[in-house]
Amino acid sequence: MSLNFFFEVLIGGLLSGVMYALVALGFVLIYKASGVFNFAQGAMVFFAALTCVGLSEQFDLSLWVAIPLTMLVMVVLGLAIEKVVLRPLVNQPEITLFMATIGLTFFIEGLAQLIWGSQPHKLSLPIEDVPIEFLMEKFNILVSQFDVIAALICALLVTALALLFSKTKIGRALRAVADDHQAALSVGIPLQQIWGIVWTVAGFVALVAGLLWGARNGVQFALTFVALKALPVLILGGFTSVPGAIVGGLIIGASEKLAEVYIGPLVGGGIEGWFPYVLALLFLLVRPEGLFGEKIIRRI
Amino acid sequence: MFYREAGQFKTSYQADNQIFPIRQDRIGMALLLLAAFIGVPSLASDYAFSAIFIPFLIFSLAALGLNILTGYAGQLSLGSAAFMAVGAFASYNFVLRIPGIPILLAFVLGGVSAAMVGIAFGLPSLRIRGFYLAAATLATQFFVVWCLTKIQWFTNYSASGVITAQEITIHGFAFTTPLKKYLLTLVIVCVMAILAKNMVRSNVGRSWMAVRDMDVAAEVIGFRLMRTKLLAFAVSSFYCGIAGALYAYAYLGTVEPEAYNLDLSFRILFMIIIGGVGSILGSFLGSAFIVLLPVVLNLVAHGLSLPTNVASNLELMVFGALIIFFLIVEPHGLARLWQIAKEKLRLWPFPH
Repeated sequence: MSLNFFFEVLIGGLLSGVMYALVALGFVLIYKASGVFNFAQGAMVFFAALTCVGLSEQFDLSLWVAIPLTMLVMVVLGLAIEKVVLRPLVNQPEITLFMATIGLTFFIEGLAQLIWGSQPHKLSLPIEDVPIEFLMEKFNILVSQFDVIAALICALLVTALALLFSKTKIGRALRAVADDHQAALSVGIPLQQIWGIVWTVAGFVALVAGLLWGARNGVQFALTFVALKALPVLILGGFTSVPGAIVGGLIIGASEKLAEVYIGPLVGGGIEGWFPYVLALLFLLVRPEGLFGEKIIRRI
Repeated sequence: MFYREAGQFKTSYQADNQIFPIRQDRIGMALLLLAAFIGVPSLASDYAFSAIFIPFLIFSLAALGLNILTGYAGQLSLGSAAFMAVGAFASYNFVLRIPGIPILLAFVLGGVSAAMVGIAFGLPSLRIRGFYLAAATLATQFFVVWCLTKIQWFTNYSASGVITAQEITIHGFAFTTPLKKYLLTLVIVCVMAILAKNMVRSNVGRSWMAVRDMDVAAEVIGFRLMRTKLLAFAVSSFYCGIAGALYAYAYLGTVEPEAYNLDLSFRILFMIIIGGVGSILGSFLGSAFIVLLPVVLNLVAHGLSLPTNVASNLELMVFGALIIFFLIVEPHGLARLWQIAKEKLRLWPFPH
């Protein structure tokens, strides 16, 4: 197979890796700030996309009105989750919180389909899914314009979040809360407010991911499985690292597509489902805390 | 007044070590077994057997397996359905390829195969823990189901991938009706539950709990970490494997990879969460809860005559909400509630 084809697959993989990273980012944000491994992130992506499409279809709104409205809904949802689910579970072991978010997944999936129905929708963003002509002519490589713009949006979002975490007062408070709830409370950081902000931001990330993924694959129940794609990204990059989510996403995206194209035919195809996991698993055997995760020190 | 151990003296080590040290417990257990072996078969309908009792028993067994791994040894796993699939497919192939093999032996061999796979996929647990491990066990789930779908040999080259499970026959006696299947399942589950109960109160179980509570400390006081963790994976997968074989043979009647999807893994996880992590009784209570909940919700939806798609979505919501509710109200599950009830019963009616 030609080198052109290799690059085409590689670039396609990297771009879809950025999309994985976007979902993984939602996980990282919440895990960093509250120690909750939010399994419901995938359901939130689905809910956001479905709400946006539903609003614009049923009330005949333009997308530019529907998106802010959906954002509002996501904020309300995030705050409600914080208040109803997480606050009563403060100080429970992490595993209990994880289970609670699995329960939340079912609830949100049910809720979304109850309100908007379960048939798949089409979502068209004002970005065209055509190959970029410049690359096409010069190198004969097919790269979709949509993917590139999606990747740019992700890059923008990640930069903004990284800045938020490292430079602003809120970011400092977030990191303090992540380090130690009690200590953060005792120096006067409003814990509930911080968690509210985190869930809002996670809702926003879910909305962006939902729109991009929805425009790519249609808004349907399968969107919730996006979360499963993000898990190997997370374990590869480390649960607590924003750059880790990005780098992990790129590695997973590229290797998954390359494996599917080059190894897939040898073993009968369909290896996309488990290859990222095995890759991440092998990687963990070498570095148990992931690429950028905090070093785990265990004492007695 | 009735539930009190006053006056029951233990005069031998044997009496001190028995599973149910309180006489009332022993009587209660005997009554329960009597009800399960005689009461249920004489009262229940065929529908009740195949829709409630058989799945309840099979899921209890799977939950028991997961509880050994997660509740006692502290290794969170999201791949129990994969081990069930291995058990089912291994049993199918043993029966298919070794003519005249006793079916129970095939089940046991299926369990052993699942245990082997469990050991292989348990190896990462030596290096990674917590959520990293949970996400890693998803690899098992996807990989095993993919293997069973792609490698035609496992499904005996059947075109659809769905194969009919062979009849269960022991010494020429065919277990064909739901009642007979129920009794067979019940016997297997009882034997394995007693084994599990004894395992977790022996030194094996204690070493698991030491590893669960803090593995570094357990290693320092002399438990061999690798052996303990891998043993937990092996035993847990063995239980899941047997449960998977029964799921195919006694419940579904077919062997297919799609029956053992991620959803099933989650269902089993919920069972032990709701029932109680680290409790044998909890596995049974949780399984009963998860099996009965959809049935009850269905009845309610029928009673309110809701359209089916609304009902199924509402069911999802109620299911999710109940899980959250249980976690908030009683994070230690139904088994803990039962324990509290027993404490209360001990003092009743004179609480002071």
